[in-house]
Amino acid sequence: MPTLHDVVIIGSGPAGLTAAIYTARASLEPLVLEGEPSSTGDQPGGQLMLTTEVENFPGFPEGIMGPELMLNFKAQAERFGAELHTVRASRVDFSERPFKIWVGDPDAEEPTHLAKSVIVSTGAKALMLDVPNETRLIGHGVSTCATCDGFFFRDQHIGIVGGGDSAMEEAMFLAKFAETVTVIHRRDELRASKIMQDRAMANPKIKWRWNTQVTEVLGDQSVTGVAVEDTVTGEASTMELTGLFVAIGHRPNTDLFVGQLDLHDSGYLAVEGRSSRTSVEGVFACGDVQDDVYRQAITAAGSGCAAAIDAERWLEAQE
Amino acid sequence: MSDAIVTLTEATFDEVVSGSSEPVVVDFWAEWCGPCKMIAPILDEIATEKEGDAVIAKLNVDENPSIAQRFGVMSIPTMLVFRDGEVDKRVVGAKGKAQLVEELGL
Repeated sequence: MPTLHDVVIIGSGPAGLTAAIYTARASLEPLVLEGEPSSTGDQPGGQLMLTTEVENFPGFPEGIMGPELMLNFKAQAERFGAELHTVRASRVDFSERPFKIWVGDPDAEEPTHLAKSVIVSTGAKALMLDVPNETRLIGHGVSTCATCDGFFFRDQHIGIVGGGDSAMEEAMFLAKFAETVTVIHRRDELRASKIMQDRAMANPKIKWRWNTQVTEVLGDQSVTGVAVEDTVTGEASTMELTGLFVAIGHRPNTDLFVGQLDLHDSGYLAVEGRSSRTSVEGVFACGDVQDDVYRQAITAAGSGCAAAIDAERWLEAQE
Repeated sequence: MSDAIVTLTEATFDEVVSGSSEPVVVDFWAEWCGPCKMIAPILDEIATEKEGDAVIAKLNVDENPSIAQRFGVMSIPTMLVFRDGEVDKRVVGAKGKAQLVEELGL
């Protein structure tokens, strides 16, 4: 028989691990299904595992490395008795209580875990361009992780697609290694915050290619360039590059919950007002999976705390 | 790190990779790579479980850039599987254990 847990937390970024710290301190002995390693943000530790220096997380005046911050979160959750499993939930059934969660074979008759309450904190993962040759050339010049791969592009001419804060941060990181980093952006203005724009604009190694959309990645064994199209005139051309980094935003990891929990049209999980309550009583959501507005480590952590308190109070009320 | 894992350097790489009768998995990694850290405990487990059937080795790309360059490694983690000294498989990016074992062909 699968064990019945008071709280099962699905996902282990800042939201999930904060929920784990709070529920563990409340003696609810949370089980955290951390996820499995990947290089796209959908993994134990969440998106911060793919970053370098985090400068805006309060309490670290000199900044802290993203992976180190997440290892600290994890150690803190474990200190209070949270149990962490490095596995991915493959199926959930929230149609009756206790809730059922499967790990491994989703078609197995018996669920792996039973839960009185569930906190969903599966986060978001990086979007890809979805153009020809992109997937084939991952690891051969196409990269989803600037911090992992910037090192290999020393003195080269590379490109990064995107116009948000992540794209600016990655462009500046890549400029430490590359000869030039060209930001390829679909529009003629950036979505990035003023401070990040100013910093990137001031970097002499960063070049700009506005109103430009990548239509194909070029290269046989490794990336040699990209085919692009001007989004205003429609004119096609090519750019010579040896590396292409993609930072065009994220998609919430909600595939597991389709048909079980209400989603917004944007794909994010719907929660009630300022609470973490989802459309199913006893299932709570926190972090980027339900936040298409702020999407910061600190707001994710804050919402993880709220979900833990919501879950704790709800469990108390059940007894 | 598991005792079963072999640490490679530019000086020892060829000898270990060519001199082994078992397949040799070389994990190209670096200290600053988050996904590399995530798969480290998985590779530890695989090394212990496959001891005698396969050699699991790690190569730090920061300290040994010429080897990474020689095999065209442009993304980490990259795992190359050598059989009889030749590259037989190439796995790029962090993955869960079951998928990793399957893709490495172990």
